[in-house]
Amino acid sequence: MNPPDVRSAARSVARRRESVGRFDLVTVAGYVILVVVAGAILVPIVYAILGGFKTNGQLAANPAAILPDPWVFENYTDVIFGANAAVFWQEAFNSVVIAVVAVTVTVGLASLAAFVFARIAFRGREAIYTLFVFGLLFPSAVAILPLYILVRQLGLSGNLLGVALPQAAFALPLTIIILRPFFRSIPAELEDAARMDGCGSFGFFWRVLLPLARPALATVSVLAIVTTWNAFLLPLILLNGADQWTLPLGVMNFSTQYSSDNARVLAFTVVAIIPAILFYAVAERHIVSGLTGGSVKG
Amino acid sequence: MTAGRANSRMGPRITAKWATIILFVLPALLLYVVFVLFPIVQAALYSLFKWNGLEPLTNFIGLQNYITAFANATFRTAVSNNVLIIVLSLVIQIPFSLALAVLLNRRFPGRAVFRLLFFLPYVLSEAITGIVFSRMLQPGALVDSTLVQVGLGGLVQDWLGDSTIVMVTLFVIVSWKYFGFHMILLMAGLQGIPHEITEAALIDGAGPWQAFRRVTLPLLGPTLRVSVFLSMIGALQLFDMVWVMTGGGPLNASNTMAIAMFKAGFRSTQMGYGSALAVIIFLFGLVLALAYQRFVLRRDIEGAITAYNA
Repeated sequence: MNPPDVRSAARSVARRRESVGRFDLVTVAGYVILVVVAGAILVPIVYAILGGFKTNGQLAANPAAILPDPWVFENYTDVIFGANAAVFWQEAFNSVVIAVVAVTVTVGLASLAAFVFARIAFRGREAIYTLFVFGLLFPSAVAILPLYILVRQLGLSGNLLGVALPQAAFALPLTIIILRPFFRSIPAELEDAARMDGCGSFGFFWRVLLPLARPALATVSVLAIVTTWNAFLLPLILLNGADQWTLPLGVMNFSTQYSSDNARVLAFTVVAIIPAILFYAVAERHIVSGLTGGSVKG
Repeated sequence: MTAGRANSRMGPRITAKWATIILFVLPALLLYVVFVLFPIVQAALYSLFKWNGLEPLTNFIGLQNYITAFANATFRTAVSNNVLIIVLSLVIQIPFSLALAVLLNRRFPGRAVFRLLFFLPYVLSEAITGIVFSRMLQPGALVDSTLVQVGLGGLVQDWLGDSTIVMVTLFVIVSWKYFGFHMILLMAGLQGIPHEITEAALIDGAGPWQAFRRVTLPLLGPTLRVSVFLSMIGALQLFDMVWVMTGGGPLNASNTMAIAMFKAGFRSTQMGYGSALAVIIFLFGLVLALAYQRFVLRRDIEGAITAYNA
């Protein structure tokens, strides 16, 4: 070791020892920042939940009070089985129908396509694949006006299917991009064995590949559900009656309709986001792994 | 002879291969072309006409809609609002997400809870988030009264009604919703950097900041570029949150390009003009994407999404 190296190594050791002393301060500062950010995330959510248990009088008299005094349950009960229940459940039902159809279509079609992109070499394959990748690179809002005209021409205007199909189409690129490398990673020996047992391409795809790909399929399904469930612009222009609205549209409409009834709007909002929060609690791992590629390998 | 027999055996197999390819790819391709690619081409066509969306497409006016758009002060405000959100995202939101990713990249008690909480807003609907925030930001509501109670009453603003600050308010709420998403992406990127490399830098005498700046940050490049790109594409089509919170107001001060497009198409039935605005949004996106091609974006995207399972 040359003398300068020794010196610099010694310096760095000294610096590290020094930084042990600072370490606690850094940790404390880090915690403080994290707690402040966590608070900022929680405030709107807690405000909405507790606000739904207040009266408008309470909200107006002391907006910064944390706990309701007294607790009022009417706003929530109205949404779940009272005056506003019919509207809420209809919207929840519409959201579920659209999400189920869109996710089934997109995962089904994307699996078939990703299978070919992953395992069959042919001329023009990369060109077609790139066409799908392209879908990730531009803002989907661009297609909205012609989609409105197109869906009207197809006779799907005001039909839940008219929203579900474009939603499925918009979810295709990400689904295919996540599934392809997964399908590729399944060993060729398995395919050979399946073929020797008399499986055709579809037999191998259906009986071997899809069961093995269950973790990846779960991930892409979860991502597609989140996108579809939260979609706003597309349903806004394609659905034309209150009985067809999905939850995000319903919440906006409810908020306009009861613009001065803050507590009722907050209760409706909270009930409307419960499915998303429950879903997040169950599927968080899949969302994160889908977005980061962390554990798609299952 | 042998060649002939080989051919006749190969023939059906090749046909079968192409049949599989077509049967498997065509449904997805058809759905994608009909509902994604075709509408974009349609938008480009409609944009050359003066058209209300109902009559036959006859009144060809060339590029007039584009000229009208850029001559229109309201639309220029919308463009600059989108640019403002993009710039603020790059300068504030991404560095903030990176800082939190670095903080959460170390092991300590409570780490999982923070991560779970920070990412939560990503799964909430943008529209519903906007409605909760607009209730909190109403004059005299939670935000104002909290500021007054802690003695900062002087900071109270008409958060969504003052045209000079409405975009900043919206940016903060957009960041509330999306910083966790970027943080998660960047955390995954950080975890992909082997510990030994930063260790080595520290042993070679780099300070923590230097090691981060000269070693971690360059290695994080691909993830950062994906994060920046997705943030820009998102900012470019900002609609839901703005629509429920301000509808583009006050006096069009918070219009975005997507809001201007929506209003043109559905409020004043100018489908031709609205389509021109759509094409302009598309061109902005295309320029961003092409600029990014230089940095091998496609490999980055695939890498960020699928790096660990290939």
